[in-house]
Amino acid sequence: MTATLTRAVPPTRTPKEQFKRGRRSRASFYPSWFYIPASALYVVLFAVPTFASFYFALTRWTLFDVTFIGFQNFVQFFQDPQLTQGFIHTFEYGFVTSAAKVVIGLALALLLTSPILGRGYLRAVVFFPVLVSTIGIGITFKALLDPFHGIVNGALGLVGLPQPGWLTDPNLALWSVAAVDIWKGVGIATLIFIAGIVAIPQEYVEAAKVDGAGSWKVFTSVTLPLSRPAMGTVIILSLIGGLRSFDLIWAMTGGGPGFTSDVIASVIYKQYQSGFYGLSTAGNVVLFVVVTAIMVPLSAFLNRKGKDL
Amino acid sequence: MFSRPLVTRIAGVGTAAVLLVALSACSSGGSGGGSGDGSGASITFTVDNSPASLASGKALITAFEKANPKITVKLGTRPGGTDGDNLIKTRLSTGDMDDVFLYNSGSLLQALHPDSTLVDLKGQSWTGSLTKEFTTVVSTDKGLYGAPWGTSFGGAVMYNKAVYAKLGLSVPTSWSEFISNSEKIKAAGIAPVIQTFGDTWTSQLFVLGDFANVLAQQPDWATSYTANKEKYTSAPAVDSFDHQAEVYSKGLMNKDFASATNVAGLKMLAEGTGAQYPMLTSTIATIQQNYPDKVKDIGVFAIPADNASDTQLTIWEPNALYIPKSTTGNKLAAAEKLVAFANSKDGCAVQNAELTPAGPYATSDCTLPSTVPPLIGDLQKYIDDKKVAPALEFLSPIKGPNLEKITVQVGSGISSASAGAKLYDQDVKQQAQQLGIPGW
Repeated sequence: MTATLTRAVPPTRTPKEQFKRGRRSRASFYPSWFYIPASALYVVLFAVPTFASFYFALTRWTLFDVTFIGFQNFVQFFQDPQLTQGFIHTFEYGFVTSAAKVVIGLALALLLTSPILGRGYLRAVVFFPVLVSTIGIGITFKALLDPFHGIVNGALGLVGLPQPGWLTDPNLALWSVAAVDIWKGVGIATLIFIAGIVAIPQEYVEAAKVDGAGSWKVFTSVTLPLSRPAMGTVIILSLIGGLRSFDLIWAMTGGGPGFTSDVIASVIYKQYQSGFYGLSTAGNVVLFVVVTAIMVPLSAFLNRKGKDL
Repeated sequence: MFSRPLVTRIAGVGTAAVLLVALSACSSGGSGGGSGDGSGASITFTVDNSPASLASGKALITAFEKANPKITVKLGTRPGGTDGDNLIKTRLSTGDMDDVFLYNSGSLLQALHPDSTLVDLKGQSWTGSLTKEFTTVVSTDKGLYGAPWGTSFGGAVMYNKAVYAKLGLSVPTSWSEFISNSEKIKAAGIAPVIQTFGDTWTSQLFVLGDFANVLAQQPDWATSYTANKEKYTSAPAVDSFDHQAEVYSKGLMNKDFASATNVAGLKMLAEGTGAQYPMLTSTIATIQQNYPDKVKDIGVFAIPADNASDTQLTIWEPNALYIPKSTTGNKLAAAEKLVAFANSKDGCAVQNAELTPAGPYATSDCTLPSTVPPLIGDLQKYIDDKKVAPALEFLSPIKGPNLEKITVQVGSGISSASAGAKLYDQDVKQQAQQLGIPGW
């Protein structure tokens, strides 16, 4: 909180002087009551519900009454037959989408930082899916991927290729959604990579070329290592997104057919829909712990690598 | 970097209640003055957002305001399905419900804790005309809470009579006859059994509509089930899952079963490209609307049991109108007038005109119009023969929330019948424990 605010301090009239006076005076540039509106909002809308959820996770909660039942919800949550499958799907989905976004995003970024025709336009095209509502994309693709009336299978049929039930085949459903997720999210990854690549001083590339390095050598020895910080950001953002993913899956398959594309978040949502408010809150606490347990060490690891360079 | 969105997400569930209060506060006014005859009152009436509910709600208000010019009624809508359930629970628990609302009877009503949230309507003039069955499903030990809106309806096999006539088939009374009929229909190049997993709820009919047959074989099944003594994995209930698996394994379904929607299924049935559709008979309203000249071709028979003597038709009671306890004084008087009006002669006329009857009325105050879809005649025959029983949701508070997913799995061969039944027993256990029912 504090760190974010400090960083957001705008340049003052005498930037040089400010800079000389150092960090301490910058930290107290605004009176401390300036923090009150933001922190009040934070406490009411974020901190209180978060701690309330830790309490409600220990109750049977029907909205009309609350019964304290200890850790029964957690016991029940871990006995849910869909849970193991949901966890496996969550990790598969998270890692596959994240890896694909890194690889495709990097390739697109290389392409879009090289001098090609219509570069600005192509950058906009790649970024466009990010701007569209996820639910809208889900519904659109549900129509496009319809096994009998969808345009995708229509096109495949014209050239005589098999026409799978993209969202109705239990072996395909999760991966079809993942593919759409990659299409939607790769724009952000590309953008971050472009920023990272553009920030690499041109002198390094020139020096490498003088030393006789070809394009591939420049990529592996200069561009790739120096865009490590960008890659760390892409990995963290897309992995968190993937592990928590819900909206696209819900819009496209609803976790189906049956339970074959259920992830943790959709299992929890269904419990909430069923009116099991305490149980679903317990599920969210578990999700919170699991994602934190993965992301904190990963984030620390990636940041350390970034500093080394 | 990542803590904010996570916290937001976790907080999302926690704050849902708070936000809903804020949202719904916009839509309803303050409470009225002292009690009176309702004149001058302005009340709100909420229905689910299905086309039939909206049209009938609007028509009811128009007729009511004409008869009671001093009362104004505003129509509100809510989502259907589980989203609607959550909205209603939230608004009731925060004392912010609309003055009259339309909602399910049976176990979903019981989940609203009617004794503490709804106005007891016992003693209202219309309550004497209700059928015994309906009275049970809108009552608790302490009171009677709802007035019927629409007719009762069956959960059974809707079939195309023209196809049956063309192929010289007769209505099956046992499961083996049903299968042999279906094989003949398949040989004629018509989809024998329509399934529409694009709308997952439609996959449940083989199980839910088979319940009357379970009851025929074991009359106390529902009570034992609530007491955790009967399971779907054992006979007679497991038959439901077996039958659904058999239809899949014999290839008796339309080929786009995995993605077709309910509306598409009804189209197949009406046009005769599909012959039999296990469905709620209330969907006849959709056929009436989209294919009015085909309604005469649609009939209904009970989902057959293994033995013809056990075959009975499963009946659902109509939805009902309720008044929350937060409505008081003059508004309460006006709300009670609206509910009573719904079951008056004029109210029944609205129901006949706007809600295509799908079965008999649950009150003797309303009578079916002179021309009804032939499907109702078929249904009435089962009632006259006393070959009907209520759906499980009217006899037990327990219904596993994942049934529709499980029946999709069984119906599309992802899991076997016994695996599906086992999964459903686990699902039911979870719900019973969450409801705090003794014995689980």
